[in-house]
Amino acid sequence: MRENVVIRTVVRLAVPFIQIFALYVIVHGASGAGGGFQGGVVFASSFILMTIAFDLAYTRRRIGSRGTMICSALGIAIYEGVGILCILYAGNYLEYGVIEAALGIPHLHGYLIDLVEAGIGITVMAVMTSIIYDMANRGGRSA
Amino acid sequence: MIWELDFALLLFMICCAIAAINVRDLVHATIILAGYSLIMTVLWALMNAVDVAFTEATVGSGITTVLFIAAIARTTRSSSD
Repeated sequence: MRENVVIRTVVRLAVPFIQIFALYVIVHGASGAGGGFQGGVVFASSFILMTIAFDLAYTRRRIGSRGTMICSALGIAIYEGVGILCILYAGNYLEYGVIEAALGIPHLHGYLIDLVEAGIGITVMAVMTSIIYDMANRGGRSA
Repeated sequence: MIWELDFALLLFMICCAIAAINVRDLVHATIILAGYSLIMTVLWALMNAVDVAFTEATVGSGITTVLFIAAIARTTRSSSD
């Protein structure tokens, strides 16, 4: 299948659109359907498509094991950071309104929701990609 | 909601569920399960649960199928009994 030029060309064309759509789903999550989890899964599916059409080493050059490890920790750190920042501004966990009231910046509430969604998306993308790496890694050899 | 469409989708979904556990080949079962998930997506969207439909489409129909096929590739495809 790796020699098939049709599959390779279609994947090469489709992957950027899938990733743009994933970013749209993450950003659009607060006001409509979608959100961090779904966007992260769609983003990870673009890496799965790359792994199927090319091979594991090709995808690993884009985002390696170290990259997935760092991204999965970074997303959780963003989520926790926003949540604890709300506690520091004397609110509840993830109560965005208190930061908006304290700083006086309009629409900060919405930006913080987007930040939390982005954190969830990064973590889900990294964990899904690392699961696929472990499953596609035949025979236990580490590439 | 159109009840005929709803009835046909539910009937097809039950057929898919029964076929997925009765079929011998594991790859066939995985593909039938993906079809089941697709019908479930349409049903969630008809019930105005767009968020759940989105999750079902991405996780149920996408990631699960790939994970099952990757797991089958490491074992045998069909049982010998």
